[in-house]
Amino acid sequence: MTTQEALFKYTLRIGDNDLILGHRLAEWCSYGPTLEEDLALTNIALDLTGEAQALLQYAAEVEGKGRSADDLAYKRPERQFYNSIITELPKGDFGYSIVRQFLFDAYELPFFQMLTKSKDETLSAIAHKAVKEVKYHLRHSANWVIRLGDGTEESHNRVQKSLNDLWEYTGELFEMDEVDETVLKEGIGVDLTLVKAEWDETVNKVLAEATLTRPEDGWMQTGAKREGIHSEYLGYILTDMQYLPRAYPDAQW
Amino acid sequence: MNEKETKIWNAIKDIPDPEIPVITIEELGVLRKVEEKPSGEIIIYITPTYSGCPAMKRFEDDITQTLKEKGLDENVHIETVYDPAWTTDWITDEAKKKLEKYGIAPPAQKSYDKAAILGKEPTVRCPRCKSTNTELISQFGSTACKALYKCNDCLEPFEYFKCL
Repeated sequence: MTTQEALFKYTLRIGDNDLILGHRLAEWCSYGPTLEEDLALTNIALDLTGEAQALLQYAAEVEGKGRSADDLAYKRPERQFYNSIITELPKGDFGYSIVRQFLFDAYELPFFQMLTKSKDETLSAIAHKAVKEVKYHLRHSANWVIRLGDGTEESHNRVQKSLNDLWEYTGELFEMDEVDETVLKEGIGVDLTLVKAEWDETVNKVLAEATLTRPEDGWMQTGAKREGIHSEYLGYILTDMQYLPRAYPDAQW
Repeated sequence: MNEKETKIWNAIKDIPDPEIPVITIEELGVLRKVEEKPSGEIIIYITPTYSGCPAMKRFEDDITQTLKEKGLDENVHIETVYDPAWTTDWITDEAKKKLEKYGIAPPAQKSYDKAAILGKEPTVRCPRCKSTNTELISQFGSTACKALYKCNDCLEPFEYFKCL
């Protein structure tokens, strides 16, 4: 695997996580439990989509085949998306979306913090920008996990169940393969074992305050980030997201 | 900046922010640099406040339109840069005063420090009655760059330009 091939896939993975989770969060638009939360979730969706745009644009440049960020977002089939499965799972209830967001934010903040040190100037610049935004995301989701976990019996039980259900999807975020090893060796990528250590610390601290129990590590779902083998849910997102550009190619606003 | 660059800069610096029309793209810090390439091409560098800032397209359109009206649009291109990342520290003191007068509390501190996830919120002054007895309602407001606050003295809700 050449560095260019690895960098292309690496950038897609980061961008696809943001694009797909941004899309999932946007589904809360007009369905939020309160007006403020509706705005918060869609604001976070906007940040993620903006980060995805910058990353996919860069991926397209790295690939060098004349594709644009839009081509990558709207014209790739399912097997060519490399987001982790946790980002594509249906939004569930508010507690489920919040727990998923917290588990992801707690990963994404240290990831982007470490990526600011990348020798790749573009990835470093995007990461610098994203860190500022993701801090607010994590603060928001962590506060809600605590409020719901340490809330009523009903809210506690529901977020505990969400946490138990989501746990098997957290392992994939920290998996490292040839792509990661290649970019890490070049000083471009991030060592995910270091990200995992920070993630553990944040998760343990917040769960303790939320009176929630950290699930035992067991079988971890995998396949999407490495090879594009997804859950059934990604296809439905793409159908929704890609409909317009596929039905009306080259449509302009 | 050379003469040509200065001319372009001055032609566009007073374009207002589409969401907060009391401040300009220069005061906000979105307009970064105007550079003449050896080929004679002029590049205008702008940077987004937030990655997903929907105003970026509007900034570009407004700049293009303004240059066209002034007959300065020949061989000019706009590029978006992410480095260095935009920060509220770039908002000028003058602009901060304008923001407060407009009813938006300006950023209260240097860039947001978040060593602890659950750290304390900054003290924010109500732009109407100037009380500091205020309360955070939500970290996310009507645009990505603002949070929602409430004043406990005059009881008015207001927006706060959050630190980034």
